[in-house]
Amino acid sequence: MRLVYFAWVRERIGRTDEEVEVPEGVVTVADLVRWLRTRGEEYEYAFENEDIVRAAIDRVHARPEKTIAGAREIAFFPPMTGG
Amino acid sequence: MNATVRIQRESFDVAAETSALTDGRADIGAVVSFTGLCRDEGGRLSALELEHYPGMAEEEIERIARMAGERWPLLGLTVVHRYGLVRPGEEIVLVLTASAHREAAFEAASFLMDYLKTRAPFWKREHLKDGTVGEWVAAKSADDAAAGRWS
Repeated sequence: MRLVYFAWVRERIGRTDEEVEVPEGVVTVADLVRWLRTRGEEYEYAFENEDIVRAAIDRVHARPEKTIAGAREIAFFPPMTGG
Repeated sequence: MNATVRIQRESFDVAAETSALTDGRADIGAVVSFTGLCRDEGGRLSALELEHYPGMAEEEIERIARMAGERWPLLGLTVVHRYGLVRPGEEIVLVLTASAHREAAFEAASFLMDYLKTRAPFWKREHLKDGTVGEWVAAKSADDAAAGRWS
């Protein structure tokens, strides 16, 4: 699946997007974050406070317990500050 | 209910957007307009940079617009949100709501702004007068509280 990152999450990870093969056992958004954190210190830094980073599955807001099965694009970003 | 949602780099003209919403209509009795502007924060800022999630920004605002349309008897609405560099004094966001009577238009405009601020995927970063790029703007708990009052 494709992962995309925005604002300081993008800056901390050091890339705008990537394709990943998610291992078995990664079922929810929270599982995906836990797996990403094992991939390097840039991910550890981006997700150091997991409660802050928000997620969207296929462009719809998704809570940590949401299942990622079938998702094409998952985004991670800070709390929004538009308007 | 006709909703116009646009995400654009360019500035917008409130009078032209209002005309586009109301021209040829005889049923609209109230239009409420909210324009959000870029502040210089006491002279510190040269600009705000707005990053957005293309695709989701439009879709999320359309979802919020549908919620407003289900909740109030609106006859039309317009949301325009800019991205890119916005200078102090320039507009960032426009919300127009049209209804037969003022109460629905006022309340729906307020609802749209509260939900936009907490749910539309935009992020602001400060550009400072000294030429450096400053911090990402932190989300405010007051904005979450404002959105929470509608649920």
